[in-house]
This record gives sequence, C-alpha cells and structure tokens, in this order.
Amino acid sequence: MGDLTQLSLSEITSALRRGEFSSRALAQVFLDRIQRLEPSLHAFITLTPDLALAQADEADRRLAAWRKDPTQQISPLLGVPVAVKDVLSVAGVRCTCGSRILENFTPPFSATVVKRLRAAGVVVLGKTNTDEFAMGSSTENSAYGVTHNPWNLEHVPGGSSGGSAAAVAARLAPLALGTDTGGSVRQPASFCGVTGLKPTYGRVSRYGLVAYGSSLDVVGAFGRSAAEVAQVFTHIAGHDPLDATTLDLPVPDLHLNGAAQSRPLDSLRVGVPREYFIAGLQAKVDAAVRQALSALEALGAELHPISLPHTAYALPVYYLIAPAEASANLARYDGIRYGPRQPAENISQVFRRTRGERFGAEVKRRIMLGTYALSAGYYDAYYGQAQKVRTLIRGDFEAAFAGVDVIAAPVAPTTAFKIGGHGDDPLSMYLEDVFTLPANLAGVPGLAFPVGFDALGLPVGMQLMGAHFQEEVLFRAAHAYQQVTDWHLRAPLLEPDPA
Amino acid sequence: MLAMTLTTAEVEHIADLARLELSDEEKARYRAQLSAILDYFKQLQALDTHDIPPTSSVLPSRSALRADEARPGLARPDLLRGAPQVEAGQFRVPPVLE
Repeated sequence: MGDLTQLSLSEITSALRRGEFSSRALAQVFLDRIQRLEPSLHAFITLTPDLALAQADEADRRLAAWRKDPTQQISPLLGVPVAVKDVLSVAGVRCTCGSRILENFTPPFSATVVKRLRAAGVVVLGKTNTDEFAMGSSTENSAYGVTHNPWNLEHVPGGSSGGSAAAVAARLAPLALGTDTGGSVRQPASFCGVTGLKPTYGRVSRYGLVAYGSSLDVVGAFGRSAAEVAQVFTHIAGHDPLDATTLDLPVPDLHLNGAAQSRPLDSLRVGVPREYFIAGLQAKVDAAVRQALSALEALGAELHPISLPHTAYALPVYYLIAPAEASANLARYDGIRYGPRQPAENISQVFRRTRGERFGAEVKRRIMLGTYALSAGYYDAYYGQAQKVRTLIRGDFEAAFAGVDVIAAPVAPTTAFKIGGHGDDPLSMYLEDVFTLPANLAGVPGLAFPVGFDALGLPVGMQLMGAHFQEEVLFRAAHAYQQVTDWHLRAPLLEPDPA
Repeated sequence: MLAMTLTTAEVEHIADLARLELSDEEKARYRAQLSAILDYFKQLQALDTHDIPPTSSVLPSRSALRADEARPGLARPDLLRGAPQVEAGQFRVPPVLE
C-alpha cells in the first residue's frame, strides 16, 4: 500500500474492512505526518495521540468482530481519523477556543456531534486551530499562533475553522469538523481547496459547541469531496434533546456513488445571483466560478439569473447581530468557574481584569460592538434595525427558492490573502465575508468546493446554497460536478515525494 | 481628522457595561475602529423597515417540551475541576460586598 494519507474515505473504509491495514496503523501514519508538517502549518492547538491510538484499538476490535459476523451494522467511519475544531468539546481533552481565557479548560462532557461520531467509531487526532471563539476570517485571531495555508505558507487558510480546513488539505486528517457562524466552514474550505458544508440552522446539534452567535452558529464538516462530507453530515445531523433548536426531521441516507447518468443534473434549476458578481470580485475567481457554472450546465442544469437585492446589507446586519449575541454569550468568561483568574481585591475587578487581560483584541472589539448595539438609546437604531433587515435578507432567499433549486455563487471575493494582509483594519477583514454571511442570516445550507486555482496556485471555491433542510440537493449537484472534474483531488506539495 | 461617532467617554461606558478593563491605548484604538465600523453600518438606517417584523430566529417558533423527570447531571467534582479557586465543593470568589 502506498501513502495511506492520500487515500479517499471510501478507499480507507474498504481497506479497513478487508484488514489491509489496521485503524491503529492508519492513525499512526496520520500522527507521523502531523509530526513532520505541524512546524510549518500549525493546524492544531492540541494533539491527542494517546487517545487516538486507544480509540483506534477499540475500532480494530469492532472491525475484527464484524469480520467474524458481517451481518453487524457498522459505519463507514469506523476506524477513520478525524480532526475537531477547538470550539467543540471532547470529554477530557483541553478546549481552548483559541483563547487565553480558556487555556486550561478541560470539558467533562463531549459535544453531541463528537458523541455521534465516536459512536460510529471515529478516531480523534486532535483539536484544530481557530480564530478566538470563532471570531475571524483567517485564524490570525488565535491566541496560539496563525495556521499557514498548505498551498502557500505565506497565506492564511481562511477562518475561523482554518485549522480544520488546512488539516484536510494537507492530508493531516481525512475529515474534520468545523463551525460556521458567518462563513467559517465555507471560506476556509474555499481558501484551502477542500469541500466544506454549512448545514441548515437547526439541522445539527450545538450542544457542546462553545457559543458565539447562537442564532447563527452551526456545526459543519470538511472532507476532500462532497461524498465524504455527506458521510459526516448523515452522522451528525438530526434532532438532539439537548439542543431545543434542532428539528426532528428525517436525515437523508446519502450514498453518493459514481454518476451513472450522462446528465445527472437534468432540469436542476441553478440561480446565479447578480449581487455576487460585482466589482471587487477577483478576475480569476469570477472566471473559475463561471467555468464551473458551465460545467453544471453541461451536466443538465439550467442556469437562471436571479437577484438577492439585500445582499449588501448582510455585512452590517451580521456584524451587529453576531457581536450582540457574542457579548451575551461571552459574559460567562469571568474568572469564576473556568479559566485562569487575574488577581484582584473585589469581584468586580476580577471580572474586568480577567476579561481585559485574557480576551484578544478582536473578541474585545466584538464584545464592545455588541454591547453598544444592545445598549440603552442605541438598541432600536442598531440591533433592532439589524433584526428587521435580517427579515428582508431571509425574504430574498425565500423568493429565490420559489423559482430555483439551488443558488451558485463565489465563496469569497478573493483567494487566500497574505498573513498580515489586513493589518489592523477590522472593517476590511469583515468585508472578506460578504458572500458567506447571507446564508447564515437566512439559516440556509451552503456547500463550498474547489473549482480552480488562481495564478499563484491558490484554490478558488464555489458555494451552492439551498432552501432550508435541502442539503441533499447540494450534495448531489457538487458530487455530479466532482465526477467530471478533478480540482477536489489536487493536493498541495508539502514535502519531497518519498518515491 | 474626521469627527468620530464615539467619544472616549462612550468607549469607557461600553467597556464598563461589558466588564472589560482597557488600557488607554486600547480605548483610543477601539474608539477609532468602532467609529469607522458604526459609520459604515449607517447604511442600514436608509432602509424603510417600519412594516417589517424583526427576525430573532430563522426557525418556526414552537415550544420544545420534555417530561419533567429527574435525570443524572454532570458530577460536581468534574464541574469544579476547571475553576481557579474552590472551597468546600463550591466556587470561591473574592468579596462581593465591601
């Protein structure tokens, strides 16, 4: 067998079942690769090699039992390594959220998504780097250092789930979990050339996800292909009594195999919103996305020009609502129940000093912004108005989905920017998110996948958005595209070919 | 220099509401940055929304009820393990009232 880190999920699943290699051997190969490449990539905050090998041994026992009795039901993820964004709890493993205020926090419970994947038998390699409390678009806001884009180490991997996207792109893990509040799965997937899903709000449990913007947060996943991400999705989706916002709807059983038909997307109506093809869109991003639209057309899809007229307002709406929710959610970090405490004489000083000292610059900025938007005298003008405009943005999507099945658009206006490229200019960094924010505000699902490269060799991504709970159509369309293209199979060259 | 939307006193008031101790250098930086951000956000005021209901959740509103029965929760020692100061099975805090 060649380099195991290059195998697809379906190759891993069948090789594990045939016993060509053990889950322990597979985990060790990924841990060795992480050991070699982490110094240049820094995709992880915490590695869990002992836990991973113990979980792999358990998976090997289950695989051995299955070989004796193949009538047992086992998951295609049994024995498969995954990386977990460091805002999701794994019981007994430090969870920092990229923040110094949680530098020593070890949760006593696991997130529901982690529990479901563990029940299927996955092997947790470690916790991946993230912007502090998932607030950022580059991982530069992590208190534990920036992650480097595997395609060009001087560029960011995107964010906030940049560590997870970089880990999958660099073949440090076949699959990874991320979270998407304003684009934090889709944008790093786009910047790193991997496939990433933001599910419908309410589709996947948030229990054990450290809250940022509670009306927007959703747990998603990364893999190399739509078929791989679909496997993770079917495991993590569904009602959870521990998250009252999850809906009790059937989760489709997605097994995406090779396309048998010549026009698998026959009569699929694809909306192309004019507001996403604007001045400021990098020429190569525009060209690659248009070429991908033509490819969808060749697969049978119909392209329909559409308008989402309130798109430009998504940025101010998001950057009022998310910080407002964050200012409430982050009130719990006060130096009392977890994390370090800055010494002070009275409790009020403990709060102020611990928070002032331990939160990073962007987190403090968003807490300030959200506190202002909610404060007496400004509530109606900022927060209240943002909530009303959010209704208009939702209405744009509802109107569009009356006429089309999916909406196709670029994920970001540019490819991955340079580390430090936005300096100390938060507004210019926020503008990176213009194309991902609307889906979060409307709660609709989005799937990002690679559709080309720019002149520097950095990946370009496209996203498909669907109506609420219509993830399946996104997966089917992206899968059909990936059957006739190979962008998702390209890998960055990170070390000399061992051959 | 352009007039800023926020005064230093307002920045201090917000920081006080948010229980954040800021240095003078941070106050100056946040005053400038938050002023620029809020100026950009003024475009929202141009939209007529007086007939538009606010969205606080994208989900249909409904009640999520469960049976009212006792269930085991997390163990106290596990929950106290991450705390900076613990005494007699409880979180220890500095004086609340002087």
